[in-house]
Amino acid sequence: MVDATQEIDTDIPPAEVPELELYHPKSWWTTYVFSQDAKIIALQYSGTAFAIGLVALVLSWLIRLQLGFPGLVDFITPEAYYQIVTMHGMIMVVYLLTALFLGGFGNYLIPLMVGARDMVFPYVNMLSYWIYLLAVLVLVASFFAPGGPTGAGWTLYPPQAILGGTPGGQQAGILLMLASLMLFIIGFTMGGLNYVVTILQGRTRGMTLMRMPLTLWGIFTATVMALLAFPALFVACVMMMFDRVLGTSFFMPALVEMGEQLKYGGGSPILFQHLFWFFGHPEVYIVALPAFGIVSDLISVHARKNIFGYRMMVWAIVIIGALSFVVWAHHMYVSGMDPRFGFFFATTTLVIAVPTALKVYNWILTLWRGDIHLRLPMLFALAFIVTFLNGGLTGLFLGNVVVDVPLSDTMFVVAHFHMVMGVAPILVIFGAIYHWYPKITGRMLDEKMGRFHFWVTFVGAYAIFFPMHYVGLVGVPRRYVELGDPAFVTTPVHGLNAFITVAALVVGFAQLVFLFNIVWSLRHGRPSGGNPWGAASLEWQTPETPPGHGNWGRELPIVYRWAYDYSVPGAPRDFIAQDDPWPQPPARPS
Amino acid sequence: MAIAVVLVVVVVGSVLFHLLSPWWWTPIASNWGYIDHTLVITFWITGLVFASVVLFMAYCVFRFRHREGARARYEPESRRLELWLTVITAVGVAALLTPGLFVWHRFVTVPDEAADVEVIAQQWQWSYRLPGEDGRLGQSSARLIGPENPLGVDPDDPAGADDVIIEAGDLHLPVDRPVRVLLRSIDVLHDFYVPEFRAKMDMVPGMVTYFWFTPTRTGAFEVLCAELCGVGHAFMRGAVQIDGEADYQAWLGEQPTFAALSRPVRLGAAAPMR
Repeated sequence: MVDATQEIDTDIPPAEVPELELYHPKSWWTTYVFSQDAKIIALQYSGTAFAIGLVALVLSWLIRLQLGFPGLVDFITPEAYYQIVTMHGMIMVVYLLTALFLGGFGNYLIPLMVGARDMVFPYVNMLSYWIYLLAVLVLVASFFAPGGPTGAGWTLYPPQAILGGTPGGQQAGILLMLASLMLFIIGFTMGGLNYVVTILQGRTRGMTLMRMPLTLWGIFTATVMALLAFPALFVACVMMMFDRVLGTSFFMPALVEMGEQLKYGGGSPILFQHLFWFFGHPEVYIVALPAFGIVSDLISVHARKNIFGYRMMVWAIVIIGALSFVVWAHHMYVSGMDPRFGFFFATTTLVIAVPTALKVYNWILTLWRGDIHLRLPMLFALAFIVTFLNGGLTGLFLGNVVVDVPLSDTMFVVAHFHMVMGVAPILVIFGAIYHWYPKITGRMLDEKMGRFHFWVTFVGAYAIFFPMHYVGLVGVPRRYVELGDPAFVTTPVHGLNAFITVAALVVGFAQLVFLFNIVWSLRHGRPSGGNPWGAASLEWQTPETPPGHGNWGRELPIVYRWAYDYSVPGAPRDFIAQDDPWPQPPARPS
Repeated sequence: MAIAVVLVVVVVGSVLFHLLSPWWWTPIASNWGYIDHTLVITFWITGLVFASVVLFMAYCVFRFRHREGARARYEPESRRLELWLTVITAVGVAALLTPGLFVWHRFVTVPDEAADVEVIAQQWQWSYRLPGEDGRLGQSSARLIGPENPLGVDPDDPAGADDVIIEAGDLHLPVDRPVRVLLRSIDVLHDFYVPEFRAKMDMVPGMVTYFWFTPTRTGAFEVLCAELCGVGHAFMRGAVQIDGEADYQAWLGEQPTFAALSRPVRLGAAAPMR
């Protein structure tokens, strides 16, 4: 299994680049703005994602204020409420999580972790970011358009998405949303092809696929999935736009709106749902798999122990990725499709629980007999396991078709997907930022602020979403601007809702401390050195920190082992870097 | 160290909240107690897994936290252990799936004796149609909808003449008699949702969807729309009244048929209709 003792070819020719000048950017603009350096592009992606994410955070406060204290904020009309809910969901899933994991972490980590100088197609990579930025700007524009943004729900189900009863349906809102999604997908495809090709073709000497850190396996599999899944959303957007603008009837059957016969006929609203969820379910794993990969590395580094069952972890990622393409209709158990599909999709959905559970076991078995340093990245990783496990287990409720029937479209679903693809991946993002910030900036994030941020976020987020399941169990539907006091709610949920709202506001404000920490530590953080955690993977072995343009100076590293040689018996330190030839002498004197 | 304590608190707190909090599902009023049972089984199995995994994790964090001079054990993998864990997980998943699919089979198998009742949704109200004495609903189409024919019943289909039409009113159903609920929407997606019945299904314009249930106790139950249908979504409420047989027949006798509703229009029409 471990390559540490295996025969190493000492005659590997050097990959020396004597003259890098040609490739270096020549002006401030091409260095920091129209940059083709994956590291700068990563920061641009991350900055933009965080900026639009802040909008989504504020929107979530408004949602919670309305649910916890109905009528308190008087501009939250039903129209505004549905617009807020829609934009919050779409921003978080697509423009924040997808962009941050793949565009942000993908860009920063792929070249460094595989030992490449940059992405394979740097120009296309740059273009990818600028198109993403355009997509975000179009999305933001819809807030200022006449009629405001669309209020169709992030799932954009037709026919209501393009009819007058929905905010933005007959105005610019839905068109801007569709246009923005199409731009996003075009931009993402450019970046995604880069990530895949770089991982397949750009690895340095000795970096076999099975020596790659799991972070890369997660990002790689997620990117392949995204390249296969996003086209389904793209065509759905095109068809819906045609229905709305040209009067085609892809998704529109004969229908009567407010007493008026519309000119549509023959289309199928359920077709849209199939297309949407053929994208939408893989999307969950497009967010989750990079998180799985990253959290594996965080746990391994900070427990000073190799990730347990590396090969199983790799195969689990690949199998989850593949299976996630045959489970989409579990979002549609009560959609009106032939209910007999339920047998198939319930089975595939619950089967996916097996490789996912194995990943959880292996994370915890990595802790077993480890040397656990409870630093911030490790704390966030532990919190991730708790929230992901919780959200994964409630997935067994919703995936098991008949149990889904009473729970679907209730707050139980909202609690489930926030726990599993909201809170859990975001905890990983935080952990990852505390982990890699020293590599990116050369300074440590402030520990005190970090601990405050961790405790409030973890405990607070759990306090928000755990009780929310029970609101749904009572029967409270999701996407209700106001429930009132219906008879089926035997114990009122107003108090519980108010509690959840207060918790959400507190957690929200704790994120401002995090953002402040990021800015403050740029100047005032403790200098970190090149490898503060004693990590073995390649990105910590760069000659400079932060890594310069081209990453590796004159000579690319040679990889001798996998990324997890921690606490190897007999080794001089408790980690052996991937480019360390121990116990052999170096391949050639450097 | 604090994290190990907090992990234990999270488990204990979650279990206590589950057991002690007053928030639980509303008392059931249909035959779908099976669904509730499956849900309870799922709570037990998943709760057990959650508690044991998180507590084990808390133990690991406590036991193997960093100490001066300590070194982690080097152990890349263990096929035996991974195989065992796979098998145990697969068994647990099967234990959830099997009863689930069994109940789902019942859910999708409508009994022959179930009476039809049609629910028609539009932004933002509920209407109903009962098959009348012939036990059959007449054909319908969105194209036929107009001010005089709000539900789009086909006037050419003789089966539709005796259909009972309840426009924007309350539905009554007899207790203990299975019904197949046929669902139709004339504009956007809706979802006929009565929490006490447990069952729900989307209503899709252009097609007829269905579910079946048997009401098991009398009383009034609130109907909610469970699929986002525009700005009036949260206010799209209705009521279903489950009656004893006598009350039901009395109510049914007062409801107009399609033929009766259409008659004044026919008299006023310029050309005689068939």
